[in-house]
Amino acid sequence: MPASTAKSNFWAGFTQGLPFIFVIAPFGALFGVVGTEAGLDIPQVMAFTVLVIAGAAQFTAVQLMTDNAPVILILAAALMVNLRMAMYSAALVPYLGAAPLWQRALVAYLNVDQCYACAAARYEARPGMTVRERVAFFLGVAAPVAPLWYVATWVGATLGATVPEAWALDFALPITFIALLGPLLRTVPNIAAALVSAAMALVLRGLPPGIGLILAAACALVTGALVEIWLERRA
Amino acid sequence: MTMPDATIWLIILGLAVGTFLLRFSFLGLLGDTPLPGWIRRLLRFTPVAVFPAIVAPLVVFPAATDGSPDPSRAAAALVALALAVAFRSVLAALAGGAATLYLMLWLIG
Repeated sequence: MPASTAKSNFWAGFTQGLPFIFVIAPFGALFGVVGTEAGLDIPQVMAFTVLVIAGAAQFTAVQLMTDNAPVILILAAALMVNLRMAMYSAALVPYLGAAPLWQRALVAYLNVDQCYACAAARYEARPGMTVRERVAFFLGVAAPVAPLWYVATWVGATLGATVPEAWALDFALPITFIALLGPLLRTVPNIAAALVSAAMALVLRGLPPGIGLILAAACALVTGALVEIWLERRA
Repeated sequence: MTMPDATIWLIILGLAVGTFLLRFSFLGLLGDTPLPGWIRRLLRFTPVAVFPAIVAPLVVFPAATDGSPDPSRAAAALVALALAVAFRSVLAALAGGAATLYLMLWLIG
């Protein structure tokens, strides 16, 4: 297989990853600010961002550290927020399972929401892609996303408390997920799954962080599959 | 926070290893073992099942307003969603959502 198709898939991924700079920059900076304000030094903030590379879980951990919660509870809560990553991991198996182990490990490290969402949409739309092209596309999306996350965090940690609250950086996170979700709302099963997901998350929001999310997602998976089967039988 | 440095590093490293293991789990261990058809059907809905569950509570009960509903953030979310659905464009959704949020915050605070 010619290397050029892998290369063109990398750049296609890169183009799709690029718009996320508008949300990753503020969100990363916000983590830098919050982390240093909570009392972490810059090496600790950067270790969080580079090693964990999962914004929502990082915020959860820092919040609980500020409250001086027990270590085991902090780890449990933050990992619960990341449970969805195991679902992404499983969802990539049919597409990337045949890739070499080191490539699967690299994809796993970079399997953040944006990369997963772009890759899953592309793989489903183009069933003819080779495994190598799929890996190249995935790494292409990650290429602008991951380094910018590191740099933005460092800028935020360095600027610290000088970032005004009026910038409303808190809303970068929901807007990101809405932008990832919107293009998928084209089929009846997808729309049904999304509605159940949102409704269940609101109903279950009193549960510990992450648990409500996983339960809501499980209900939505089943809803999507059942609606799809029902439509197939009717057709 | 009043935590010793060693505890902070323990949390960072524990979270790093745990997060990687979650991400590596199925992809790393299953490899190209074929999954049953009904599991593949369920997994195809992963993005639409997860993202709304993350977004809905953040939009309806924003942390920045201590959990009370906020018209500016609700409007920004609706505009972003409409643009994302209509144009299938991440960029349009991000730009439109941010513009709406700032405009609304400037207009009504």
